Amino acid sequence: MSGIELRGVSKRFKDVTALDNVTLNFEENKIYGLLGRNGAGKSTMLNIISNRLFPDEGEVLLDGQPVRENDMAQGQIFLISEKTLYPEKMKIKEAFKWTQEFYPDFDVEKARSLAEEFGLSDKKKVDSLSTGYETIFKVILALCVNVPYVFFDEPVLGLDANHRELFYKHLLTKYGEDPFTAVISTHLIEEVSNVIEEIVIIKRGKIIYNESRDELLGKGYTVSGNAGRVDSYIKGRDVIGTDSLGGLKTAYLLGRPDRGSMPEGLELTGMDLQKLFIQLTNE
Amino acid sequence: MKIDFEDERPIFQQIALGIEDAILTGAFEEEEQIPSITEFSVTYKINPATALKGINLLVDAGVLYKKRGVGMFVTEGAVMKLKEKRKEEFYDSYVRSLIEEAKKLGISGDEIIAMVARGYER
Repeated sequence: MSGIELRGVSKRFKDVTALDNVTLNFEENKIYGLLGRNGAGKSTMLNIISNRLFPDEGEVLLDGQPVRENDMAQGQIFLISEKTLYPEKMKIKEAFKWTQEFYPDFDVEKARSLAEEFGLSDKKKVDSLSTGYETIFKVILALCVNVPYVFFDEPVLGLDANHRELFYKHLLTKYGEDPFTAVISTHLIEEVSNVIEEIVIIKRGKIIYNESRDELLGKGYTVSGNAGRVDSYIKGRDVIGTDSLGGLKTAYLLGRPDRGSMPEGLELTGMDLQKLFIQLTNE
Repeated sequence: MKIDFEDERPIFQQIALGIEDAILTGAFEEEEQIPSITEFSVTYKINPATALKGINLLVDAGVLYKKRGVGMFVTEGAVMKLKEKRKEEFYDSYVRSLIEEAKKLGISGDEIIAMVARGYER
């Protein structure tokens, strides 16, 4: 099978099960959203894929070959993560060249021009960057590395609105010119919702959803209006959550809306990804 | 054209509607090339598959056509075609909601007609 495949991957840290028998496929040339609450197992999964952690059980394959201690496979995968792995005191421009040593297709010219566009001086030292600029530095690496599988762990952490917009613009431009697999793990769901095609939701180490965004959003809907009428409609249906405001009530439901039996005066709307996510991952 | 992410209509439908509006207002002319999938994707920060889905709606409707290796073009006669289609949809998209709101406010049919006449004269 082509793409990155996780087969029955489990990982425990002492008495915490970070990943629990995860089976999942990241296909070629698609943009994924990897969503989960803090501690759900997202970073553990990314670290296992990129060989920084080893699973207790199961394996990760790239185009059918195990990635574990496989330099060929690791050369196809790039992960930006919370930890900066560059030597202390290294300057940005040296770091670009250094990255090229490991990833020969890394585009140094483009990295310099992006640094300028993001207002990141390449004379600065990597370990002196603020949170926002550290993210920018890592995002630039990810956008210039030119490998088929790029994992973005919190790519917009600490970025202001202008820089976030610039990131999405460059991501989509690059994807449009030369498609690759981008997996974006983020808490800013609303923002990434329209950029991604596929969604993976992880909860307490288990994959609870893995499908296209359109399919997932098609699964839920919202009904709001007079509380009594909302209650009469939702009785016996698959309700995943409700909000009340005085005599008004909003209910989040799974399934298809049944317009025929919906009392008059109720408002029917689609579900947005963030609301759906919150309802699905509430403890 | 504008994409409203709060709008409950799916983004791909909004893309299709936006292109239709651009054709109707002459921003995209018949037999002219429209922007590429990547340009739509980057401009609106949407997945290219979503932009493609919107454009394909218009290809299926015969409003756009593809020139291999070049891009998407507006079909000759697209404006006429769109006007016909929009007229057919006019009742459902405007008249129905107008009456619904009028009923909520207790506005009679005659009053609506008088208002419409007044607005049309302007």
